[in-house]
Parts: sequence; C-alpha cells; structure tokens
Amino acid sequence: MTLLRVEGLTRLFGGLVAVNKVDFALDEGKILAIIGPNGAGKSTLFNLIGGTMPPSSGKIFFNGNDITGWKPYKVAREGITRTFQTTALFEELPVYVNLVIGRRMRTRSGLWDIILHTPRQKREKNETTAKVLEVLEFTGLGQYANDPAGSIPQEAQKRLAIGVALMGDPRLLLLDEPTGGVGMEETDNIIALIDRIRAKGITVCVIEHKMRMIMSLADRIVVLNFGVKIAEGEPQGVCDDPAVIEAYLGECIA
Amino acid sequence: MAKYTKAGVLVLLLGLAVAMPWMTSKYNVRILTLAMAWAIATLSLNLILGYTGQASLAHGALMGIGAYSFGILAQRVGLNFWLALPLACLITAFIGLLIGLPSLRTKGPYFAIVTLCFNVIVYKVFDNWKWLSGGIQGQPVPQPVFLQQRWARYYFVLGCLVLTLIIMRFIVKSLLGVTFMSIRSNENLAEAVGINSFRNKLLSFVVSCFFVGLAGSMLALENGQLDPTITMQFNSFYILIFLLIGGAATLSGPVIGAMGLYWLLDYMKKIGIKGIEEFRYLFFGLILIVVIIYMPRGIVGGAKQFWEWAKARYNKRKTEGNTGKTEEVLE
Repeated sequence: MTLLRVEGLTRLFGGLVAVNKVDFALDEGKILAIIGPNGAGKSTLFNLIGGTMPPSSGKIFFNGNDITGWKPYKVAREGITRTFQTTALFEELPVYVNLVIGRRMRTRSGLWDIILHTPRQKREKNETTAKVLEVLEFTGLGQYANDPAGSIPQEAQKRLAIGVALMGDPRLLLLDEPTGGVGMEETDNIIALIDRIRAKGITVCVIEHKMRMIMSLADRIVVLNFGVKIAEGEPQGVCDDPAVIEAYLGECIA
Repeated sequence: MAKYTKAGVLVLLLGLAVAMPWMTSKYNVRILTLAMAWAIATLSLNLILGYTGQASLAHGALMGIGAYSFGILAQRVGLNFWLALPLACLITAFIGLLIGLPSLRTKGPYFAIVTLCFNVIVYKVFDNWKWLSGGIQGQPVPQPVFLQQRWARYYFVLGCLVLTLIIMRFIVKSLLGVTFMSIRSNENLAEAVGINSFRNKLLSFVVSCFFVGLAGSMLALENGQLDPTITMQFNSFYILIFLLIGGAATLSGPVIGAMGLYWLLDYMKKIGIKGIEEFRYLFFGLILIVVIIYMPRGIVGGAKQFWEWAKARYNKRKTEGNTGKTEEVLE
C-alpha cells in the first residue's frame, strides 16, 4: 500500500529551483533512501513534506490525504515525524524530558487538567512515562536519561533525535542524515536502530551520504541532482546507472 | 533526604512570613506587602519569559489594567470584593488575549518590541482618557472591611503569592509546562513533533496576564489609590529586571528577585542621604550588569550552579583520595 505519494513537487527560492517536479511513491513498511550531491534539494524535499515550508507547486499525499501546505505540527499529528540535518534537540532539557515532549501531541491534558487534577492528566502522565521507558530501551539511551540532551555524545544525540521522533507513534519517519558527523563504528549503532524501526513496521525515508549504509538498508533509492530526480529503483540498479555515477557517486562501494 | 531539607526550608520560610507582622514595623509590613505583589507579577512574567521564552514587555501595562479593572469594578461599579478580584484578573487575561493574538505572531526581539509598543499605547490611553483613569486625581480603591488592617492585607497578599506559586509549580511540572519549555528551547523542533507553538504561546501569555492582573489588583488594594503611572513601561522593565536578577525559569528566583530588589530600592530611598535617590537607578543598572555577566541565570541559577560545582569538586577530591592521585598528576 502506498503511504506517501509526491507528485510534481516544486520549490523555488527566488529564481533558483531547489526541487523540480519530483515524483515518487513510498510503500508502507519500506525504507526509501534519498541521495544526491550537496545542494541537490534533499533537505528541501524533507522540509516540503514536513510542512516547514510550502511547495511552490505539486502535491503531497499521505495515507490518501492531501497534506500539501499543512503546518508542521499538523503533519506530525497525521503521522509523519522527522529529524533534522543539524541534530535538533531540546538541549538544556534532560534526555527523558525530550522524549516526553515527543509524546505531547498524543496527549490532551491542558490547563484545566492541571488546576482540577483530573484523572486524565494522571493517566496521560503514566502512559507517557511507560512510553519514555520503552523508547529509552529501544534507542539504548537509558544511561543518559537524566543528562541534559546537549551534553551527551554526538552519536547518542542522533539516536535521541530519532527517539523523540518515535515518541509520537509515527507511521512515516523522515531521517535527515542520521549518521552525519558520526564515526564508522557508531554508524553501525544507528543502522541497527533503523533496522529495528523497520522491524516495528514503521516506514522510513532517509537522506544519507554513506553508501555502505544505504546499500545495507534501503529497499529503494531516489537520486536527486540539482533538484531533479535523475534515477529511482533498487539499490544495485541505481548504483550501476551511468547517470547516477556521473552525477554523484563516481564509485560504487557495494 | 534532600527532598525533606527542601520541604523543611519551605515550611521555615512560610513560618517566618506568617510571623513577620509581629516582628517588624508597620512600615516594613507595608513594604513587604507591596514587594509580594511585585513578586506575583514577576512570577507571571516568569511563565511567559522564563518557561516559554517570549520576552513580554507589556506586563507593566497589563498590571495597570488589572489594577484599574479591580479599582473601577470595586469602586464605580460597586461590585463585591470577591467578585471584583477574579473579574479583574479575567479582564486582564482577556486584554492579554487581544494583545497576544497579533504580537505572538512575531518572534524573539520583535515580540519584545511589539509588546513594548502596546505598553506605551496603553499608558497613553490611560493618561489621556481621564474618564477612565481619573487623571492625576486618580482612581480610589475601596478596601473591604476585613482588609482594612495592614496585617490583614499582608496575609491576604501572602496567600495570593503562595497560591500563585502553587499553581505555577503545578503548571511547570505538568505536560503543559514541558510543552512551554519545548517552545523556549527549540520552536522548530517543537512544531515538528506536533506542538502547535502559537496556541501554546498564547495560552502561556494569557495565563501569565491573569496573574499579572492579580498582582495589579494587590497593588491597588494595598495603595488604595491609582493613577495612570501604574501602566507605564517602566513597570515592565522593573518586573523584567526582578526576574533576570532573581533567576528566570526557576520558581524561587522571581520571588527572591522581586522582594530583594524592591526592598533594596525602598531602602536606598529611605536612608535619606542627599543625592543617593538619583543614583539608585545607576546602582540598579550596575547590579543588573554584574548579574548578567557572572550569573546569566540569575541569583538562584548562579547559586544552583555553584552548588553543583562545589558538589562535583567535593566528589572529585574524594575519588582522588581513594585512587591516590594528586591534582598535578591529572593535569
């Protein structure tokens, strides 16, 4: 079943076409990798899907609904959460609080629940705590639970960002360079984590530069260059595509 | 253990606050009452600035609106005290909603500037609409029978302060409080995990306005008289400075900052050395600069930091003793 479908998506920055009539579809439970040289429009594509900026033209369908131009928080509530290229966290807040915030969109208690001490507030707090423990375990961040998010190692921060995105029970997870700036050995940690996410049945769309990672993870690859989709397909096929090799790879590790 | 110490200190402080009217002069009771009203105002700014990260400079005007609402409702409309007080807070919250709707669309320093503009507008309105503000003659505020004693007003304001503190603590420890902090920390990420930041900022601002309305009402009650200067932007800056020096994003900071500095300001006015009164604002600025540079998180934040540092140092010493290493070796 198609979970995400993008049709003719275009974004202009002044005269510059950052994303140019991109089409692709993503099936539920699969991992799609988006690759391309720097400035190819990968992150812009994520920003368009995530609602950070509206597209200039084109449509985005998620789970059958047209979500084009929706605000980020609405997109997130619909079931798409994301991480950012420059790891974004609530840095001065402890790791577990970061996770609590990630769950907030699935809870409803507000001001009146606080003043009246409603059972709902208590129930939601308990549910959130249970979910936090689950995600701490899932991402392997238990030892950092009480540390400020900004103070833990870079690789743990990357996992935490994914953890925060997982807290809201997304159906689609957008990961923008989840292993950027992380060493070889630690990359394996994150690959294993993404594998576990797939095993949970969550669809993943990932922007990545490390070909080793792409080859081992992705079911499909979309290649962008200057905002245009130049190839799409199975990892091996894409890797052998002369246009891709010319634009970006030069070599194929796998 | 630490939990009990904290509770013990709180009980001790509360006991001291309750005993105060018997221990000090009538004049000091009045100053403390006013200082506590300012502490409520500072706590309210703390919610929107300290926890939600939006620097409102309209809180002076809103405090004035609260004070005037209370005064006019109690005196001209002749409402019962117990009706006038909550209504005054609600009116302030409603005006806050009207100010927040356009101004919270802006971010960072722009929000500060827009709210400062609102403050100036509100002051000009109160200054010029004599039918509303009573002009220089001012607006008398009746004190209900049970609050005509100085000490009675002291206890009433103390009760309001404690109530404000309790509600603020509930908010801060709740899922809603965490939501506010997420906006302060990283608004883009908060939006990306499904938080409607505008709605939450507006809620925080309106709740904050409710309490600054309460603070204004308390000032009106204690003074028994109001004039348009209570809505002036200087009051916004006073609240801001109390908060920054005391320590934003803490619950004790605003109270310590407001009460300590209010007392200090009054003391410098009182000691009566010729010329010092003109210099007190200069002195004030000096404190602000020193605190901002050396304790960016205020007195309470600085104390907490020092405590952590001392504890870490103590622990380090202990482990060094165990392993037999000296500091020279480590360096």
